[in-house]
Amino acid sequence: MSTRLSTGGRLIDRARRLSFTFNGRTLTGYAGDTLASALLAQDQMLVGRSFKYHRPRGIVASGHEEPNALLGLGTGARFEPNQRATVTDLFDGAETASQNHWPSLNFDIGAVNNRLSKFLPAGFYYKMFMHPRSFWKHVYEPFIRRSAGLGKVPQVKDADRYEQAYAHAETVVVGGGVAGLTAALAVAKDGHRVIVLEQNGHWGGRAPVDGGMIDDAPTSNWVNATVEALGKMPNVTLRLRTQATGLYDHGYLLAAERVADHAPGDGPRQRLWRIRAGRVIAATGAIERPLSFAGNDIPGVMLASAVRDYVVNWAVSPGDRTVIVTNNDDAYRTALALADAGLIVPAVVDARPSVKGALADAVRAKGIRILEGRGIARVKGGKRVTGVVICAQAGEGAPLEEIPCEAVAMSGGWSPVVHLWSHCGGKLIWDEARAMFRPDAARPPTGADGQGNVLAVGSANGMLGLDEVLADARMHTISTQGAREVHVPEDEGPILPVWMMPQGAPYAKRSKMWLDFQNDVKVSDVQLAAQEGYESVEHTKRYTTLGMATDQGKLSNINGLAILSDALGQPIPATGTTTFRPPYTPLTMGAIGGEARDAIFQPLRRTPIHAWHEAHGADFEPVGLWRRPYTFPRAGETKEQAVHREVRNTRQNVGLLDASTLGKLVVKGPDAGRFLDMLYTGVMSTLPVGKCRYGLMCSENGFLSDDGVVVRLADDTWLCHTTSGGADRIHAWMEDWLQCEWWDWRVYVANLTEQFAQVAVVGPDARKLLEKLGGMDVSAETLPFMTYAEGTLGGFRARVFRISFSGELSYEIAVPASEGLAFWEALHAAGEEFGVMPYGTEALHIMRAEKGFIMIGDETDGTVIPQDLNLAWAISKKKPDYLGKRAQERSHMASPDRWKLVGLETLDGSVIPDGAYAVAEGVNPNGQRNVQGRVTSTYFSPTLEKGIAMGLVHRGPDRMGEVIVFPTTGGREVQARITDQVFYDKDGAKQNV
Amino acid sequence: MSEAISALQGASHGGFAAVAEAGLCGMISVRGDLSSRSLAAAVRDVTGTDLPGPRRILHKSDRSLAWMSPDELLILLPYADAPAVASALADGLAGEHALVTDVSDARAVFTISGPEADHVLRKLSPADIDVLAPDEIRRTRIAQVAGAFWRSGEEEFTVVTFRSVAQYVFDLLATASEVGTEL
Repeated sequence: MSTRLSTGGRLIDRARRLSFTFNGRTLTGYAGDTLASALLAQDQMLVGRSFKYHRPRGIVASGHEEPNALLGLGTGARFEPNQRATVTDLFDGAETASQNHWPSLNFDIGAVNNRLSKFLPAGFYYKMFMHPRSFWKHVYEPFIRRSAGLGKVPQVKDADRYEQAYAHAETVVVGGGVAGLTAALAVAKDGHRVIVLEQNGHWGGRAPVDGGMIDDAPTSNWVNATVEALGKMPNVTLRLRTQATGLYDHGYLLAAERVADHAPGDGPRQRLWRIRAGRVIAATGAIERPLSFAGNDIPGVMLASAVRDYVVNWAVSPGDRTVIVTNNDDAYRTALALADAGLIVPAVVDARPSVKGALADAVRAKGIRILEGRGIARVKGGKRVTGVVICAQAGEGAPLEEIPCEAVAMSGGWSPVVHLWSHCGGKLIWDEARAMFRPDAARPPTGADGQGNVLAVGSANGMLGLDEVLADARMHTISTQGAREVHVPEDEGPILPVWMMPQGAPYAKRSKMWLDFQNDVKVSDVQLAAQEGYESVEHTKRYTTLGMATDQGKLSNINGLAILSDALGQPIPATGTTTFRPPYTPLTMGAIGGEARDAIFQPLRRTPIHAWHEAHGADFEPVGLWRRPYTFPRAGETKEQAVHREVRNTRQNVGLLDASTLGKLVVKGPDAGRFLDMLYTGVMSTLPVGKCRYGLMCSENGFLSDDGVVVRLADDTWLCHTTSGGADRIHAWMEDWLQCEWWDWRVYVANLTEQFAQVAVVGPDARKLLEKLGGMDVSAETLPFMTYAEGTLGGFRARVFRISFSGELSYEIAVPASEGLAFWEALHAAGEEFGVMPYGTEALHIMRAEKGFIMIGDETDGTVIPQDLNLAWAISKKKPDYLGKRAQERSHMASPDRWKLVGLETLDGSVIPDGAYAVAEGVNPNGQRNVQGRVTSTYFSPTLEKGIAMGLVHRGPDRMGEVIVFPTTGGREVQARITDQVFYDKDGAKQNV
Repeated sequence: MSEAISALQGASHGGFAAVAEAGLCGMISVRGDLSSRSLAAAVRDVTGTDLPGPRRILHKSDRSLAWMSPDELLILLPYADAPAVASALADGLAGEHALVTDVSDARAVFTISGPEADHVLRKLSPADIDVLAPDEIRRTRIAQVAGAFWRSGEEEFTVVTFRSVAQYVFDLLATASEVGTEL
């Protein structure tokens, strides 16, 4: 059993005991423990079940590469699935649970898949679930949903906060091990900004565990001294628990800081750093590879380096007896660490035919057996290791002897962590001598200047020994270019690439050799894929799911492609690697969202009168990012009743609309008239000063894009009103044409949308109300329809536009936004005797529809041209050009067969459902009923007391009086007569008074 | 005029840095040819300063002048002065192709103060604050909206955004300055 040693433990504080639970059982650990070390210290070897076969899974690694020990952490609003136990700091009160099992971790029904594994080979889903097609939805998919999937989805809203922050540095060093610290110290001396990011909660990486001396001091002393020195430099920022997850174009580096994962509270749990890095020094280390032998997935089989880490860092014994199996010298350090801790190493099983070197000699000197040229034929045990069967590596697995043990420490060599190097296109070379892919210094990823912007140093560059790591980091920070020497240190023997153990293993063994522990991909699966014709490593990955689990194949990728290469009979570099894509480790959605949640999820734009609307019970609707009152329901009223009241009151008395959201663009300059003549379909250059004119804007493709009233303020100055949602877009559109196309036209544009609060005073009593406020002449004679004047109204600086979107006598009055609320309240006070009421956007829509006015977004959808809407009167025929003119002359745009705007009057007075289509005779090639038109706006008109609508109908204006049919839901049909689109006051008598 | 109110009427929040809406502030936008001597003279008449270089802001008594783009300046002044100054400046530029607009009411102004005031901005703006010069103005974004800021004191930044998003920006600044979230 695994247990806590009575002494040692570099990272733990035995004075501080912490209590936590695992699957409801209360356990204890020490400050400095990870969840994994604390679980192992209490003999919790079984920590989960695999994805496909539900095999028992134990802790394999000690770092971010861990594929198995994924736990659900926390409960309720703080529940988080798939937390890697190996890198999650233990905290007091942590509640953890294993995943992917039912009903319990020890007895899992899904493990029946394990017995069926013969029938679940690579590509099983593709082969099995294709036929019959209907089975996917009703049989296969529900079954797979129940049986597959790691972790549970949180069920309630996350209680934690997240935030983001930006940083800039000339150099970002990723990795706080010996290589990273060495490089940081060297580059920081020039005074430029250096940020050092370390993924773990402590500095030094592997070096303090692996031992050795730097500058005549033990590595841990050197690490402490170096961190202290860096900490004193004002240009250096050090961040622990911060994972650089991805490098993107132009040196944009994302890094996730685990601020309070280990200390849940009110502060942000995680912080996503968005860093602009001049260059990145990737000192990201290397990850040890498993060996592929039968039963290598049984709990108790661990990476040799992880075993060493647990012993040295956390004083955890993986078991009394640990067999070491390796193909390189590094695993001998584990043998020494175990022996130093007083634990038993029954044997070091080494696949190499003969083993020499200082490390092996040291192990021999401890009296530990070294079995040369041997391998593991199979691991014995179920939920934990009970022993290993030894065989000849060169053979087919005939048992030579059996060694009882509680743990197996395996080492298949090391793979540099090249992810950051590769994210932006850095290339790799296959280093034959070291049996690894490592960065090709001649082909780095490049920054905006075309120069390499990532430097890999230390183990990330393939340098494994302490001396060469130091030399590499020191060399690189001095000279960043040129080839680098590779030399295997003399005191270590060379690695022997071993991709399968034993080399001649038969199928029965190969189908028990795990490559991907999380996704259950075995040596036999990759071989089967190759046999079935998969040659590309990318295809094989997706077919077998190798490396597609949450660990993204950190342990399995190289082993898998080596097996594939062997099966294809080609060298490893010919197969190549799969693509390394960010993020290196999973990012939480919380960190990606950052502060954007709840009230600040999205900017919400408020008019100066917004608070009044809220206080008066407005029912809001979104218009772009604005919130506008839809209606102002009174007590006991439905929204519909409120809307109808608002319409009637406006038509009979006077209504007030907060029109502040309307776009207000000032266009000025000697070429402004010419510019507006190009932007609008009509002529604006001839508009007299003080007059208003309705205008349409189209895209170059002729489609109607925006509309509004244009006012000539002065000889060289126009004010262009846009739709509420279109203000920013049209402003950008104007600037685009002025900056990119007509850069020599002398025109300036200013967006004054927010400078003014604008109120529409609408209805027969509108003039009386303004006259009561007083200050300027708003009579029909002085201020006739479609004119403009500036002055004061009730003491407010006012711009008064005599324009109408309702068909009533109407003034739109703009006052400075800061006085908007006061002005609005003054209008209410003065209007009381006239029965003034506010009205919302729905009443606005109904009134404009009664008048047959179009609404951008209702009558237009990006496929409609002004001619479709009978707006030819607003299109100049004299102008040589305007944006959209040429497009509108193309044959299909000018075709009489287009759907055109008409009014629709239902025969029974009902309201046609929104979006309804009018059917025509026959069916189309898809067997669907032919259509001849659709409704674009449809309302119950409280003024006319019947349903009215506008719609686009095939040759509509030529078919006045014809009745067409709109089928609706429930088999009902609505018959409607094609009419003129203006239902109310066609002659405009009311607005012209 | 007396009834003019700023978007948040001086709301404030105390965190590791103090956040406050600064109330009404006069602002005049000037678009024109910044190489024109007559424009420079007209602007100097109302601000007392020469034209600032790119991304610079200059202060003279209660008025400031900021460079906003290659053809745009922003004059900051007491709110009550803005209409008259804008009108005087427009008159002074009568012979010039230029656009002078009073944008005082289109904006919201905030101050962030305290030794770690910069941390608040580092969370919300991608601008490189380390290299922000004492007389520099940065047009940037504040989370999801446009904004600009400059150092307005030893330990103080002034932030300008659009009026309609004042509440959003205030909530952002308040959230980013919560005690315990220092960077």
